[in-house]
Amino acid sequence: MGNLSQSRAQTLEKVRASLALRYRKERRFRFYGAASVVFGLLLVILLFGSIFGNGYTAFWQTQMQLDIYFDPQIIDPDNTGDPKIIGRANFAKLARHSLAELFPEVSGRRDRRSLNALLSSGAGFQLRKMILNDPELIGETLRLWLPADDEVDMLVKGYVDRTLPQGSRRLKDRQIEWIDELAAQGRIERQFNTAFFTSGDSREPELAGIGSAAKGSLFMLLITLSLSFPLGVAVAVYLEEFAPKNRWSNIIEVNINNLAAVPSIVYGLLGLAVFINFFGLPRSAPLVGGLVLTLMTLPTIIIAARASIKSVPPSVREAALSIGASRMQTIFHHVVPLAMPGMLTGAIIGMARALGESAPLLMIGMIAFIVEMPSTPMDPATALPVQVYLWADSPERAFAERTSAAIIVLLVFLLVMNGAAIWLRKKFERRW
Amino acid sequence: MQKFMTTMEAVRNDSPTVPPSTVTTELPAVKSTGKTTIDSKKHQTVGDVTASNPVFTVRDCNVYYGEKQALQNVNLDIGRNEVVALIGPSGCGKSTFIRCLNRMNDTIDSARVSGEIKLYGEDIYARDMDVVLLRARVGMVFQKPNPFPKSIYENVAYGPRLHGLSSNRAELDEIVRDSLERAGLWNEVKDRLDDPGTGLSGGQQQRLCIARTIAVNPEVILMDEPCSALDPIATAHIEDLIDELTENYAIAIVTHSMQQAARVSQRTAYFHLGKLIEVDATNKVFTNPGHKLTEDYVTGRFG
Repeated sequence: MGNLSQSRAQTLEKVRASLALRYRKERRFRFYGAASVVFGLLLVILLFGSIFGNGYTAFWQTQMQLDIYFDPQIIDPDNTGDPKIIGRANFAKLARHSLAELFPEVSGRRDRRSLNALLSSGAGFQLRKMILNDPELIGETLRLWLPADDEVDMLVKGYVDRTLPQGSRRLKDRQIEWIDELAAQGRIERQFNTAFFTSGDSREPELAGIGSAAKGSLFMLLITLSLSFPLGVAVAVYLEEFAPKNRWSNIIEVNINNLAAVPSIVYGLLGLAVFINFFGLPRSAPLVGGLVLTLMTLPTIIIAARASIKSVPPSVREAALSIGASRMQTIFHHVVPLAMPGMLTGAIIGMARALGESAPLLMIGMIAFIVEMPSTPMDPATALPVQVYLWADSPERAFAERTSAAIIVLLVFLLVMNGAAIWLRKKFERRW
Repeated sequence: MQKFMTTMEAVRNDSPTVPPSTVTTELPAVKSTGKTTIDSKKHQTVGDVTASNPVFTVRDCNVYYGEKQALQNVNLDIGRNEVVALIGPSGCGKSTFIRCLNRMNDTIDSARVSGEIKLYGEDIYARDMDVVLLRARVGMVFQKPNPFPKSIYENVAYGPRLHGLSSNRAELDEIVRDSLERAGLWNEVKDRLDDPGTGLSGGQQQRLCIARTIAVNPEVILMDEPCSALDPIATAHIEDLIDELTENYAIAIVTHSMQQAARVSQRTAYFHLGKLIEVDATNKVFTNPGHKLTEDYVTGRFG
């Protein structure tokens, strides 16, 4: 008896000692978990912070206020009124004249040229557009905001170090003086950069925008979604519900899983070989891009859809079958609606991946300098991530902030899509 | 292997000895190969397997799941307006048996059914038998309440709508109301027909499932342990309901509760290791069982 109570006390002692050890272990494990979450969050904050910090200035653009005299002598010397002749006129000269009037002391070819360099070449296009829209303006003088050159923009945004010797800057001392004088007159202002969202690519950073890239991405996503979602769901339903379980369905299953892991550039090669070379579809077209991305996202969607079909409890199937629903009715009245949230989530995550994909697009020629907005999916276009890549490759300082701004837009797109995934999941979710 | 053999030997010696007068069933004999063999000729069910007014007649029914035989030569009738209780230890084949009756076993790839199962003289495993029609005639209630994740109304209306039993909304409303009333649920849910069926309590959900089943007006209702997930009060509700349903339907109910079998059924069938050991009037089975295995089971000696 004494022996037993003694051994019991020993056991208790051992358990107590091991308990302390166990708790310590558990605490340590919890700490590791929390630490890794914090580390991950820090990295995310760092990433977002640096992109946002670099990019947000691109949403504002420095504009210069000039009094433009629409000189009939320059625009339409013979007073023809013919839009063709007007369209060929040298509108940049109007802006240059007005700038020169502000600085009458500037003389000499070189100085004139460096003064003119303060204006963006886009100023002439803007004036031309105004006149073509409304020829009545010829002969009038208007006070207008015109885009400044990207170097001016950089200086105004504080990216140019004024203390550097003149030789290591792109803006000369005199140019900086002029800019300061213009600013003192209130003729320089930062305004919201609508051109960034509406225009296509340009060699001049102040004129470059993500409009055509965003539209190309939109076309591609529409094509990808409308092809890959119905196809993926159909494949998943067939494989899960109808396909006989034999060697062939096993081979298909393994290969679908393999396809999900194929590097995306391989799909680009496939698209190049099949869609462009064999079927003769146009190069650089969002149609081909969409088809390639469809191939790329299909396995993801199929796998997600199959998983969510599998997770529908068999009791629901049995319930439907037992009151005389056919197999087809059971699947389409009960299984597919219950699996829908999972399928949609899979599809949207696949779409988000497709939106951020650039490698396969390089292979099918969507890495192009596209100024025009594509109006159909057959027109040449580029995509947002490719645009980011193109700008990141450009030497001008102003493209750096545009790169970040394009990334911000891309991230916003992705956030919206993931938000939509969550919303759809909540909306269609049924508890059983 | 040597050890295994000795264990098996011991098990055989321990198995209940059957009185000579009723030696009609043999437990699967163990051969030295370790395989189970069945001598079906020797197996005969104790009691009367026939019913005077049969809805279902099952003869020589064998069911295999792959290599494994789950039912051996089962003969049983289910009569009109009667409740047949199927009892027996877990894995004895009672659920397999009732799942044969509406061909739910078809959904299991490896399941094979042989023998003859007739519904009003019609072979339900015949080639030209439409399984959808069969399941409309033979309803089923499952162990775990499984309402659709839809509204109460939609749960009941689904079957009639599927089979086109109503031509307009008013008729459908009538069917839903009638089914819920017969399932004894109407008064509890009449004000919230649009609430989700999954929001009801367990017992209410099970009655909703019964309402859903009777909404398509079947001839037979199969119940697979319908009360095993319910508390005693909900169970009592369902049992009362079964009593009322007997008026219009033939019912086969699988249950693990002997008291429940005794309370609701007119005839009881005792299954053991895939064989139907004994069928008789419930009274007789519980008070004066004809087979040693049945006696051991109903008196609680094993199982």
